[in-house]
Amino acid sequence: MTNASMDSAPMKGSLTTVDARTKKRNAAEKRFRLYGIVAILIGLFFLVVLAVSILRSGIPAFTQAEVRLEFTMTQEQFDDAESQLLKTKAYQDLFIAALQSELEAKGLDVEFDGEAIERLLGKTGSTIREYFKENPDQIGTPVTFNLAASSRVDGYFKGRVSRDTLVDSRFLEVSDLDLVDALADAGIIVQAFNWNFITGSDSGVDNPGGAGIGVSVIGSFFMMLVVLALSLPIGVAASIYLEEFAPQNWFTDLIEVNISNLAAVPSIVFGILGLAVFIQFMHLPQSAPLVGGLVLTLMTLPTIIISTRASLKAVPPSIREAALGVGASKMQTVFHHVLPLAAPGILTGTIIGLAQALGETAPLLLIGMVGFIARAYPEGVVSGFIDPNSAMPAQIYTWAARADAGFYEKAWGGIIILLIFLLTMNLIAIILRRRFERRW
Amino acid sequence: MYDTSHHRQETAVTDVKIKAKDVQVYYGDNHAIKDVSVEIENNTVTAFIGPSGCGKSTFLRCLNRMNDTIDICRVEGDILIDGNDIYDKRVDPVQLRAKVGMVFQKPNPFPKSIYDNIAYGPRIHGMARNKAELDEIVERALRRGAIWDEVKDRLNAPGTGLSGGQQQRLCIARAVATEPEVLLMDEPCSALDPIATAQVEELIDELRQNYAVVIVTHSMQQAARVSQKTAFFHLGNLVEYDDTSKIFTNPEDSRTESYITGRIG
Repeated sequence: MTNASMDSAPMKGSLTTVDARTKKRNAAEKRFRLYGIVAILIGLFFLVVLAVSILRSGIPAFTQAEVRLEFTMTQEQFDDAESQLLKTKAYQDLFIAALQSELEAKGLDVEFDGEAIERLLGKTGSTIREYFKENPDQIGTPVTFNLAASSRVDGYFKGRVSRDTLVDSRFLEVSDLDLVDALADAGIIVQAFNWNFITGSDSGVDNPGGAGIGVSVIGSFFMMLVVLALSLPIGVAASIYLEEFAPQNWFTDLIEVNISNLAAVPSIVFGILGLAVFIQFMHLPQSAPLVGGLVLTLMTLPTIIISTRASLKAVPPSIREAALGVGASKMQTVFHHVLPLAAPGILTGTIIGLAQALGETAPLLLIGMVGFIARAYPEGVVSGFIDPNSAMPAQIYTWAARADAGFYEKAWGGIIILLIFLLTMNLIAIILRRRFERRW
Repeated sequence: MYDTSHHRQETAVTDVKIKAKDVQVYYGDNHAIKDVSVEIENNTVTAFIGPSGCGKSTFLRCLNRMNDTIDICRVEGDILIDGNDIYDKRVDPVQLRAKVGMVFQKPNPFPKSIYDNIAYGPRIHGMARNKAELDEIVERALRRGAIWDEVKDRLNAPGTGLSGGQQQRLCIARAVATEPEVLLMDEPCSALDPIATAQVEELIDELRQNYAVVIVTHSMQQAARVSQKTAFFHLGNLVEYDDTSKIFTNPEDSRTESYITGRIG
């Protein structure tokens, strides 16, 4: 035995030649590094695929085909149209005449009728009539109208609809596309930035072009206010008590286990709990951001408690001893020394908890915060909390579930907006962390 | 506070500052300190020596009820400071700790400025009425901690930016800033190099003028250098307690002799 170990001892030989054992170890290390790089590359690949597909599908939601037409209404035309029985029809005829002359001026000759215009642009007559009734001083001066094209026309420009696949329907006929092409050639139909998508409210199921996420953003905002106002103080107070003051016994152990378990409870369970407790038992208003916020608070609390306790634990015990040693009370120790040192961690945990809550969908659907509720902006702060509204992820879900392909595009666009909010929150977390971290 | 200092001056010659009688400490089921009785004198440096785990630090932490923060720790017996039982129900440990300062093994300045490190104790005890008074307290404490000259120009610099030895002297200054009557030191030099150790030892000797100093140390040379009284702990028992010179030259117990000659521990 002694002999064998002596023979294979790596001590023999020159330092400049690498022995077999060392070679093996170096090779193992190299392989391990390679695995690591491959793992990271796979992760990056999926990230890129995800980002590209989201952007490719979502960006079109931010543009909208619209007809831009300058239009002058004389006083006689206005009076004449107002005196007729079918007033909007009269206005539509005026609009068609203007469109025709515009096309002729560009040297394009297309046949179309009022029905085709309705399929392309909806009720143009009533839009024009409402505008001039509200702004009578504009009569006689040229006004530029931006009229959103219908979802299928928009889809035609974005490649969603083509001549081969289009089936004639009350929404669009193949012959209408000639007119669309002519309008595009004349520069009357243009792709414009769709502000309505960012600021608008949800639309009906057959009007994806008019759908916007603005109202649900407000819904999410009020919900987050509720979550922040409740979960931060409750979560931090609970963690400080559990970590610094509570005696270690079976009861606190039980609480601890339960908090960890709560963090793993599926969100839909919280949703049905909210439905049962907040709406059916406490009779809080349905579909209200207040209730959504309460439900999400329940979900966020474990996250905040766990991260806060972790950051309190990370404060070295020597600091506590130092404070106690000079005669600080337990509470002074916690609030003067431990909490400031734990603050960056607590903030980060809170923001991550909020970001989770912002992206949560299932519980909101159960308490009625579905997308189609988000039809109008709340009228004030109070109504922001208690009026029925939706939230961003629920709105996205509602759009994705609708039949019209135009809504599918909106869903992707909504995801871009949601991701922008999430990235901003994470950025704030990083900045706050940097700011509050002690540098010594 | 003024009353007690007056009292201290009157009886400064021989008096016993801390009197412990039949102290037992349990950590759960573990009997860590057994029947320790000791009388610690004022204006004296008392050293606790003994092998690791002998209970000397545990006993030290009983003297300012630092063990209260450990849930499973239980203390029995009497510990009297100036004749008052510190484990009496009416004694607030917070008040006690202002009276019995403590310096820890590892320098543990607060992650704040040097000034705030010192000023924290006086502030929470309401010892200064205004900024000028507080400044005075801070300067006095830093001078007593023998670190004033090194930091007087950078009182707003972080305390954690000082060297190890400076940090420990800052912690000593912080402990004396609340005007304690007893100063407990738990291996204050174990994290320091020989030069810093010499500075701190010199400081301990000066502090003896005003306080009863109790120091736990692993270094027998240190105990011999700085203390007048030495207590030898072994396996939770107080084996021998006497004048330092006697312990190191003519110990009564064979275990003491074995320890100081390096045969056990």
